[in-house]
Amino acid sequence: MAKRIDVSGLTAYYGNFRAIDDISMTVEPRSVTAFIGPSGCGKSTFLRTLNRMHEVTAGGRVEGKVMLDDEDLYGPGVDPVSVRRTIGMVFQRPNPFPTMSIYDNVAAGLRLNGEHRKKDLDEVVERSLKGANLWNEVKDRLNRPGSGLSGGQQQRLCIARAIAVEPQVLLMDEPCSALDPISTLAIEDLIGELKSRFTIVIVTHNMQQAARVSDRTAFFNLAEVGAPGKLVEIDDTERIFSNPSVQATEDYISGRFG
Amino acid sequence: MSQTAVADAPVEGAAPPLPSLKQPRLPRWAPFVLALVSAALGSGIGVVAGLDSRIQWGLIAAVLYLGITAVLAGSVEGTRQAKDRLATSAIWVCFLLAVVPLASLLWETAARGVKVLDGYFLTHSMSGVITMEPGGGIYHALIGTLEQVGLATLIAAPIGLLTAIYLVEYGRGRLAKAVTFFVDVMTGIPSIVAGLFILSFWIIILGFGYSGFAGAMALAILMMPIVVRSTEEMLKLVPNELREASLALGVPKWKTILKVVLPTAVGGITTGIMLAVARIAGESAPILLLVFGSAEINNNPFEGAQSSLPYYIYEQWALGNEPSYDRAWAAALVLIAFVMILNLVARGIARWKAPKH
Repeated sequence: MAKRIDVSGLTAYYGNFRAIDDISMTVEPRSVTAFIGPSGCGKSTFLRTLNRMHEVTAGGRVEGKVMLDDEDLYGPGVDPVSVRRTIGMVFQRPNPFPTMSIYDNVAAGLRLNGEHRKKDLDEVVERSLKGANLWNEVKDRLNRPGSGLSGGQQQRLCIARAIAVEPQVLLMDEPCSALDPISTLAIEDLIGELKSRFTIVIVTHNMQQAARVSDRTAFFNLAEVGAPGKLVEIDDTERIFSNPSVQATEDYISGRFG
Repeated sequence: MSQTAVADAPVEGAAPPLPSLKQPRLPRWAPFVLALVSAALGSGIGVVAGLDSRIQWGLIAAVLYLGITAVLAGSVEGTRQAKDRLATSAIWVCFLLAVVPLASLLWETAARGVKVLDGYFLTHSMSGVITMEPGGGIYHALIGTLEQVGLATLIAAPIGLLTAIYLVEYGRGRLAKAVTFFVDVMTGIPSIVAGLFILSFWIIILGFGYSGFAGAMALAILMMPIVVRSTEEMLKLVPNELREASLALGVPKWKTILKVVLPTAVGGITTGIMLAVARIAGESAPILLLVFGSAEINNNPFEGAQSSLPYYIYEQWALGNEPSYDRAWAAALVLIAFVMILNLVARGIARWKAPKH
């Protein structure tokens, strides 16, 4: 199921602006990798290059290689649509489709890709909602609009929607930043459960969160405002938070910078 | 009328007292009373000065109202409140200025229109009716309007919708700019010019005869830019996050647009189309040029002359006798009702299709 991601020499642009510069790293399968770093350092941009969502933005383009096991995501003839089917994504703000019910939201990925058998859909919806720890809360109101749920529930609905299409990798772009601590805890627990099935990459501003949920942590930084973001180091989370090999990482983690 | 602020006696040696948070205020009913007083004064001045236009009375009352409010509020409440009151009253006066013509138009049309408006009027044509006499109806014009507007919508709505989708979802660079520019230009085309264009192209060059369809094409030209504009705005309102959520599920872009973007915006898009329909339903110039007008019922919009409601009103009014005037007013009432029903339907659809919370 879960696959390894191997990035080498990745540079991403917005028009002429170089947002991230020459990043190489390996994301291990069935583990949680956290990206931390100051705002504007390119964590989210880098995350979006991993499932070719970067190029959706006007002027977005990418140089370098992203290998998913042995396939280059940016190789010739690769269809971005199938890349995104393999590598799912959860966004910063919960974004359930407002015109769809809870059921339809979870089924959206399959349905929009042509799966219409009621029995199969029912099964996937139940399995995904259970996987996102939301089933018990919504099983009696699957036909109510998804936007009627609380923020935390909406975010879990979005996770259910993302895992319903059975991706290999799950990218999460600050999934808890719009949530209260209790909903955050629910999502973090969920991440812990999901990592047995998926490769998970999570961007977060919350360093305790990175320390709690991730196995490996990557620290990104930028030399100055307007300069491209760079990967400073990536290592086991424990090491990054106790004994990082680069001074800048330690400064950032302990709150001393500049 | 006003309350006085409690003046704190300054204590010796203490810090200067903070200015009181309480200030004298005009009572809540003051604006209403002032409005009544100025209305009475305005009428009084009108009568005394022998002005016979009620509009003048009203304008005098409005100016008085603004002046009295500003002065009174200024002396009781202070400058800031006076400005606030002045702005509020100015808005109300403008609101009334805008509503009075609309209300009087509706009232006038309804009052004069109901005279001959009945089931017979709606279900009979003018065929064989002597125009000097009462009788006859608008059935032929109603059919004409429904068919011409329906055909125009069938032409303009899909083209407009697709253009807007192109502009919002795909359009980059020169082509998109050019399309936007031409849509802007089209918005400004006078209806008679659209009519002349179809006349020279369809009837003179291609040699087709007068028909409801020719009129519908001219109406479609007028309708298209309105549909493009309103649809564009509605599509821009769909949050980008929804598009990204769908794309990130591995849904192709065209399906994202079809299944996520359009359903989210469908309420607003329908409203826009309905408003465009309402806008063209009242056009008479292209009908005059291209559909020619007729007193007979012609159910086939693709052949022969037809009538339409705006054209019928124009025609009856031009006849210049009392029964024709009555018919013109009744037809006007039907046209207004038609447009209003369309608007209500549009609102209903917008509410029904709006994303639920």
